[in-house]
Amino acid sequence: MSKQFQFKLVLLGESAVGKSSLVLRFVKDQFDDYRESTIGAAFLTQTVTLEDQTTVKFEIWDTAGQERYKSLAPMYYRNANCAVVVYDITQTTSLEKARTWIRELQRQADPSIVIALCGNKSDLSARRQVTQEEAKKYAEEEGLMWGETSAKSGEGVSDIFTAIAKKLPQTAAPPKAGGAARSGAAASRAGVDLNKQSNALGGQNEPCNC
Amino acid sequence: MDEEYDVIVLGTGLTECILSGLLSVEGKKVLHMDRNDYYGGDSASLNLTQLYRKFRPDQSPPAELGRDRDYAVDLIPKFIIASGELTKILVHTDVTRYLEFKQIAGSFVYRDGRISKVPSTEMEAVKSPLMGLFEKRRAKKFFEFLQNWKDDDPVTHQGVDLDKNSMKEVYEKFGLEPGTQDFIGHAMALYLDDDYITKPARNAYERIVLYTSSMARYGKSPYIYPLYGLGELPQSFARLSAIYGGTYMLDKKIDEIVTDGEGKFIGVRSGDETVKAKQVIGDPSYFGAGKTADGGKLRVVEDGKVVRAICLLKHPIPGTDDSDSVQIIIPQNQVNRRNDIYIAMVSSTHNVCAKDVYVAIVSTIVETQHPEQEIAPGLQLLGPIYDKFVSTTPLYTPVGSGEADNIFITRSYDATSHFETVVEEVQDVWKRVVGKDLVLKKREVAVEA
Repeated sequence: MSKQFQFKLVLLGESAVGKSSLVLRFVKDQFDDYRESTIGAAFLTQTVTLEDQTTVKFEIWDTAGQERYKSLAPMYYRNANCAVVVYDITQTTSLEKARTWIRELQRQADPSIVIALCGNKSDLSARRQVTQEEAKKYAEEEGLMWGETSAKSGEGVSDIFTAIAKKLPQTAAPPKAGGAARSGAAASRAGVDLNKQSNALGGQNEPCNC
Repeated sequence: MDEEYDVIVLGTGLTECILSGLLSVEGKKVLHMDRNDYYGGDSASLNLTQLYRKFRPDQSPPAELGRDRDYAVDLIPKFIIASGELTKILVHTDVTRYLEFKQIAGSFVYRDGRISKVPSTEMEAVKSPLMGLFEKRRAKKFFEFLQNWKDDDPVTHQGVDLDKNSMKEVYEKFGLEPGTQDFIGHAMALYLDDDYITKPARNAYERIVLYTSSMARYGKSPYIYPLYGLGELPQSFARLSAIYGGTYMLDKKIDEIVTDGEGKFIGVRSGDETVKAKQVIGDPSYFGAGKTADGGKLRVVEDGKVVRAICLLKHPIPGTDDSDSVQIIIPQNQVNRRNDIYIAMVSSTHNVCAKDVYVAIVSTIVETQHPEQEIAPGLQLLGPIYDKFVSTTPLYTPVGSGEADNIFITRSYDATSHFETVVEEVQDVWKRVVGKDLVLKKREVAVEA
């Protein structure tokens, strides 16, 4: 029997390093050269099937631009199972920024979070400012996963998400129902679903005509 | 900062964040700023460090309270009415995908020195210790009358006109005792004082129906509550706003509301930058909050005060069957006051504090020079209090409607135990800012692979 898991994945990184493009490539296998700053779609999902037929569904949270002025809400980090911290291999400063985000994750997120450092825009290696050795060394020191990607060509994109899927602990299955992958699935802790119409309303307690 | 915006929103309280989210969805270009480095303003939920910094700047939290990050202590005590207006906005905007809710386990009312569960149906009324045998029969008839009421069926009216007869007359028709009137008017219709009794019964009827239908929705109480505290609500609407293009700046000093010669809004100055917009919306703290500011212009005035005591307990509240969360209402008549005293308690079940800690907020509208003494009847119900943070907060209300100067100021969070008035405020400000009624459209479904 195949097993299914669902995890919350958050994206972090400096503006314009290609966070949304990376997700667009991963989720829809598309690329858009003139993509505006993130508007409108900040909640995507994609499923990865591993060799043993285990499926891992990522619930992907984009920053919606709230990282620009240090305004990401605690809600963003809350219960994130994994994070992809993106830098641009043609911008040294973007790796510096990535280090800041990683420190922030270590401070705010759950200690068990799986973090992948991702050097994007590998198609522009002619303009490379960040060497693979440098990034890899830093990742090893901090115990992060690392990889380079090109959202434009697609190179390395599915690899990094698959690698994350393999690394995530497949011990407890987080709940699949709506909302974020939050609390444990024990029935006694189940919350209420606002989107579901109550069936307890029929008849006696509902005299109004609304 | 050099761009021009349609609307600048100041403060990230729930009212402002709902407005910001709805305005962005509407296509407005919104800039949303807050002087604090956290979301929520006066409706934030704080961790222990933030809580102590706010109330006891010279003291750090005791280690035995546990991890800082386990705490999300609400500054205002409110619950969400399950079938109320805020629920509608949460569902229509689809921000429910960022949130998880749980029920509040019980709703209690104080009567003659002890607390009892609020009966909300004729069945519960029959079992309630709040009434004697004959009173139960009368209450049963009263609830049946309300539950069977149909506007277009005069037979169900039993000679009552909800728009003409006062609630007093309705109570008298069914012969209900003053103590029963107390729990119906205060613990079910959720009136803060007794002014409603002489007014037409329609409003009380609607409130009781809202209570009973909310009660029926999930079973244990009419209230629901977001995991990780009320501060999640503004954050989720801020995210909605950002997804629709809203720009967020926290930790931003707001130095001046810039106006032209006629007092009309031009922009907001922070340091030596001024960012322009057509309109500004903000909470009272950005507009002088009761003091004359900005060239001698008084923009908001004080309209009463609320006293709130945030109490950390190491045990559930006695007499509540060890409920993990409760509301307790002390009707004003029971303690010779004009306004009710409320207790709202949540716990680790709602991920707002460490295990075996309970956070209860006792609050009321201030009537005397000694606010803390006024909430004593509430504090006495809690049992031993581990620590307590008491504050008296003025309630501010704007002087102008904003239509003349494009400056729209929201009201402070009132003493009610729920969010219905917050939604009324959102609808009211929306109408003045946009010029038409707020119509909730279902948010378009985001791309799903």
